[in-house]
Amino acid sequence: MSNLEIRDLHVSVETEQGTKQILRGVDLSIGEGETHAIMGPNGSGKSTLAYAIAGHPKYTVESGSVKLDGEEVLTMTVDERARAGLFLAMQYPVEIPGVSVSNFLRTAKTAIDGTAPPIRGWIKDLDSSMSQLRMDKSFRERNVNEGFSGGEKKRNEILQLELLKPKFAVLDETDSGLDVDALKIVSEGVNRAKANTGLGILLITHYNRILKYIQPDFVHVFVAGKVVEQGGPELAVRLENEGYDRFLSNVNVGS
Amino acid sequence: MSAAVSANTGLIETEQHGLKAHSDGGDAYVPVQSRAERFTSTSVDDFEKVTGFELEWKLTPVSRIASLTEGELDGSAPATTLPEGVPGVAASWVDRSDARIGTAGAPEERASANAWSSFEKALAIDVSGEELHEYRVIRSGLGHVNRAAHTVITAAPFSQGLVILSNSGDAQLSENVEIVVGEQAQLTVVTVQEWTDESNHLASHFARVGRDARLRHIVISLGGGVVRVNPSIHLVETGADGSAFGAYFADAGQHLEQRVYIDHVAAQTKSRVKYKGALQGATARSVWVGDVLIGPHATGTDSYEENRNLVLSEGPRADSIPNLEIETGDIQGAGHASSTGRFDDEQLFYLQSRGIPEDEARRLVVRGFLAEIVAQIGSEQVESELSAAIEAELTRAQGI
Repeated sequence: MSNLEIRDLHVSVETEQGTKQILRGVDLSIGEGETHAIMGPNGSGKSTLAYAIAGHPKYTVESGSVKLDGEEVLTMTVDERARAGLFLAMQYPVEIPGVSVSNFLRTAKTAIDGTAPPIRGWIKDLDSSMSQLRMDKSFRERNVNEGFSGGEKKRNEILQLELLKPKFAVLDETDSGLDVDALKIVSEGVNRAKANTGLGILLITHYNRILKYIQPDFVHVFVAGKVVEQGGPELAVRLENEGYDRFLSNVNVGS
Repeated sequence: MSAAVSANTGLIETEQHGLKAHSDGGDAYVPVQSRAERFTSTSVDDFEKVTGFELEWKLTPVSRIASLTEGELDGSAPATTLPEGVPGVAASWVDRSDARIGTAGAPEERASANAWSSFEKALAIDVSGEELHEYRVIRSGLGHVNRAAHTVITAAPFSQGLVILSNSGDAQLSENVEIVVGEQAQLTVVTVQEWTDESNHLASHFARVGRDARLRHIVISLGGGVVRVNPSIHLVETGADGSAFGAYFADAGQHLEQRVYIDHVAAQTKSRVKYKGALQGATARSVWVGDVLIGPHATGTDSYEENRNLVLSEGPRADSIPNLEIETGDIQGAGHASSTGRFDDEQLFYLQSRGIPEDEARRLVVRGFLAEIVAQIGSEQVESELSAAIEAELTRAQGI
């Protein structure tokens, strides 16, 4: 059984006003096949958690650990983390001019697996994932994320999730900017990946909306850089009704 | 890193900026007037010796090319391989007196005039077919002799063609290429420089684009010591359309220069200029100058020029200088963009977060950056050869 263990994680970021502490001791354990929703108000550090796990150079880990099946992730380079089995579906995927989706996916798949996928099976997998995500075949020849709509970018992220088959995926506000049809399509993709590979999911969201389509096993409320309350799916419903106010009375967001 | 970027844009409405003395300066030195007023001559003796202080030469390492600007040039027909049996394209070596010579332009500087004064035979390529065929001229054995060359490419009215000048091996070459695009013709001219490191190549291309005709001009410079390719595209009749694309990859010791001039003479003309370059190694150097002149009769024109440089290591220098002169108020659009910068960290992070190692991610980004230009050529074989050549440059380049 795979597991991802985050222990007492402290992360800061350099700003023009100096060093700013964002994560203040995060503890989370995610098992294989589990879906954990991280919910919290804007500025609580949810995205920082996602990027710190993936290894974005902008964020400095002050202390703590992130272990994947017992291996320390924080000392790995960004690409080593991905090859170890981590995946980050980004809120704002980057455009890569001149690099086609098909070239990019094949290069990534080859890097992750350590060997190029057999061409026949690869094309079949690619076609089937794309058609399930309602992506036209012409996407393969388009440059990565260039000129994609918000919904197309998110589908392209989930396409990668399905093809690269990570052990754990962090979905950073994958629901933002999606209409209900696109939200369903993207959610189905995530659920397929989970069913096929036993993917563990850290689902970061501001809203309850996506949790109707991707059932969480656990819900964690994230405020001011740490988890302040945990529960089952019922906690998400309660947050939807009550908002985050009861957690915010004693905290200044972003300070 | 000393990536130098300069940009100056002169907007001319009633009089040229700089013609009047500044109040603080006494007798102001006015360097050069409108691009249209530059002196031209086909005779080398009409130009002073090149010192390196001239506007035209001040960014070029002139001492490395003195034999081409000042020396005697061998004007005999250079060793050239011409394809056979391409339908709708004919080529022959013609005398200086041939009527086609001099129809597209005349030299504005000494190296170009030196070549013009020296050549004995010109290569005349006539495109007349209405179906598109590729005609590839290969020069790979020019040797170490200082040479002059002259080429005239003519596209008959309503014809279509793709002419590729493929250059490799050793060369010390100064040359002029004339391009005449007849009414409604569609012509693509590509010049590819993959010379050896010791080679030097100075080229002036002059194009005249006729009524409703279209020229796509593409410069790919990868190999050579000093390589300077300067296309001047004159959109002389209504509806003429000119695109100038370029891609270059400068390694240590290489100086790759391109001075593009788009001359909107007639009304309803359109131009697009896009040059992209990568620089690697402390002494790698590139120059891009993009002059666009929209003349007083060029109403309703639409133009845009752009230069992007990607600096891959410490130390290279990329000059990027767009100049825009507009002499009529009635235009559709005239814009320019220029940037010189390092890798986009977010692109690298994105690729690495998909498991792609950093060095491979960098190669992917550079390859993609230049691929946009290479894809404009329209010849599968040449495009794949160039992709492989760029790949080889990337593999050679340490640290990326």
